[in-house]
Amino acid sequence: MKSAEIKKYIWPDKQGHFGEFGGQFIAETLFPAINELQKAFSIYLKDSDFQRELDEDLAFYVGRPSPLYFAKNLTQYLGGAKVFFKREDLNHTGAHKINHAVGQALLAKRMGKTRIIAETGAGQHGVATATVATKLGLKCVIYMGENDMKRQAANVYRMKLLGAEVKVVTTGSKTLKDAVNAALRDWVSNLDDTFYLLGTVLGPAPYPEMVRTFQSVVGREAKRQSIELTGKLPNMLVACVGGGSNAIGLFYPFIEDAAVQLVGVEAAGKGIDTPEHACRLSAHGRVGVLHGNRTYIMSNHEGHILPSHSISAGLDYPGVGPEHAWLKEAGRVNYVNATDKEALHAFRLITLKEGIIPALETSHALAYVIKQAPLMKSSEIIIVNLSGRGDKDINTVAKIDGITLMEN
Amino acid sequence: MSRLISCFNELKQLNRKALIPYITTGHPELKLSVELMHLLVKSGADIIELGVPFSDPFADGPVIEKAHDIAVAKGVGLSHVFDVVSEFRVLDKKTPIVLMSYLNPIEMLNNARFAEKANIAGVDAVLIVDCPPEESSALAKELNQVDIDMIFLVSPNTSDQRIKQIDQLSSGYIYYVSLKGVTGSNIPDIDHVVQRVNHVKTMTDLPVAVGFGVKDGKTAAEISQAADGVIVGAALVKELHDHIPTIAFTKIAEKLSDMRQAMNRAE
Repeated sequence: MKSAEIKKYIWPDKQGHFGEFGGQFIAETLFPAINELQKAFSIYLKDSDFQRELDEDLAFYVGRPSPLYFAKNLTQYLGGAKVFFKREDLNHTGAHKINHAVGQALLAKRMGKTRIIAETGAGQHGVATATVATKLGLKCVIYMGENDMKRQAANVYRMKLLGAEVKVVTTGSKTLKDAVNAALRDWVSNLDDTFYLLGTVLGPAPYPEMVRTFQSVVGREAKRQSIELTGKLPNMLVACVGGGSNAIGLFYPFIEDAAVQLVGVEAAGKGIDTPEHACRLSAHGRVGVLHGNRTYIMSNHEGHILPSHSISAGLDYPGVGPEHAWLKEAGRVNYVNATDKEALHAFRLITLKEGIIPALETSHALAYVIKQAPLMKSSEIIIVNLSGRGDKDINTVAKIDGITLMEN
Repeated sequence: MSRLISCFNELKQLNRKALIPYITTGHPELKLSVELMHLLVKSGADIIELGVPFSDPFADGPVIEKAHDIAVAKGVGLSHVFDVVSEFRVLDKKTPIVLMSYLNPIEMLNNARFAEKANIAGVDAVLIVDCPPEESSALAKELNQVDIDMIFLVSPNTSDQRIKQIDQLSSGYIYYVSLKGVTGSNIPDIDHVVQRVNHVKTMTDLPVAVGFGVKDGKTAAEISQAADGVIVGAALVKELHDHIPTIAFTKIAEKLSDMRQAMNRAE
């Protein structure tokens, strides 16, 4: 596996394209709002007051930097490359999502918006959004598919405790993609006071670039920590890819480091030879347009978006961030996949070996590491983005084990 | 001359404004779509906007969204839309047909094949909800080759600079969106719509038609004081949700005739 070398990484262009991907495929009414956002983002990116506030929140509220942890037991067990976890699970609210939630919410506040809306799949982005919204005194509405609400009942209650209104989405497949549709409808109807706090690196420009900017703190820290701890850059970075925010966050500062292999792991669900998976990049995706950007999507020949499947709600989306589509085309990132079964195996193994319960999303990345680390030398280093903690998934796993947890 | 231009020219001579109903292809059933289109014409439609079913119609409100969901669940897609237009053209060679679509169904077919098939079927214009001028050039090139017009949206908040840009790329007519929201919402302020339409008309030579939120004859008449055409969608589609097809068809015919008469009286 040799990845392409990119000497100078310049994407996106001014119109938000990553090669042929990305762009702004939105209805006319959203254009002024998108332009307003683009302008505010470019202004505050260079504003020292804004940066200071962001840095302070990341340090004292989120708890950054997150540790780079040497998973000694796992490394010994696998017998190959040294495996390090970038511990995003230790962030406030338990996942990487808080990084871009804090950034976007601060931006919303500066823009004078009083109401925040967001979509959520697993509920992690919804919880992160509700958290920062309540801290900043902003009204918060979270859209969530009916099916996801059933899978993530605890997160629904958590969002409500945090003062958010959780609106159930009962249309279409009743999952994340339908929650995005509902959020877009809300936004276009409430443009003047509302900020759409998008949960990943997709949507119309500037969202993919903006979310990448706020998430790339993960990769910057990992780079510094890798050098501090091991004296060198890692040989390989591994991250799971739903929309792709945790992966871009980790990868972005390493894109020009040609020697560092980048691996994105998609959800293969019940297997890529079944219709029940979420492999847009590593198996059956087509290039199409969904939710404001051109990217790889799961679509039938009539152009209808196909429902995806994964045991983890956070990877269960039929599209992927346009930058991932470009990084695939450019050959810079290798996209692979792991099945529900492989992810569950990784979930249990890492829990027992390291005493860290990973999110089911993260478990897909770990499943690849379990296969890959033994093939590498002990002098080599893998950093895997431990993007979230698995407490939210306890019910899902218990159910698979045939155990019903007592509630109330 | 294109059917759309002839249509607007003819209306102008009659001192009339275009009445443009919207329906979603395949809703409530594919086999009823052609019959429904002929009924629309008989009830006063000058142009028909035909929705291409899509699984994720995020610019549409609940009424039209549900129509998409029903059509998609029955397996209807772009390929059936061409069949419906061809069949309609057997009896009606005059009424212009505008396809209203999201971009993905077209991209999946590919731009050139879409243009070719649309042309053979007898489509006159295309309006793609999520394809703004900035992203339209590849498709516009293919449509241009077969003389299919490309219609773009102008919103209440579209800047003058963008209106100019949209005008340059548009053909057929300009679709003025009456409100900041989704299809089928309530128009908050008719006077403001009239004002904006008059403003847009100073910046384009194309006809301007107004849609989103037109529900009855009164609104249609008020808007057609300024606009060259009035588009009605959700108000008709709702009848198909609320009643069995035979009754819904009667209600749709009544509603459209009312609008036609109200618009004619106003002129």
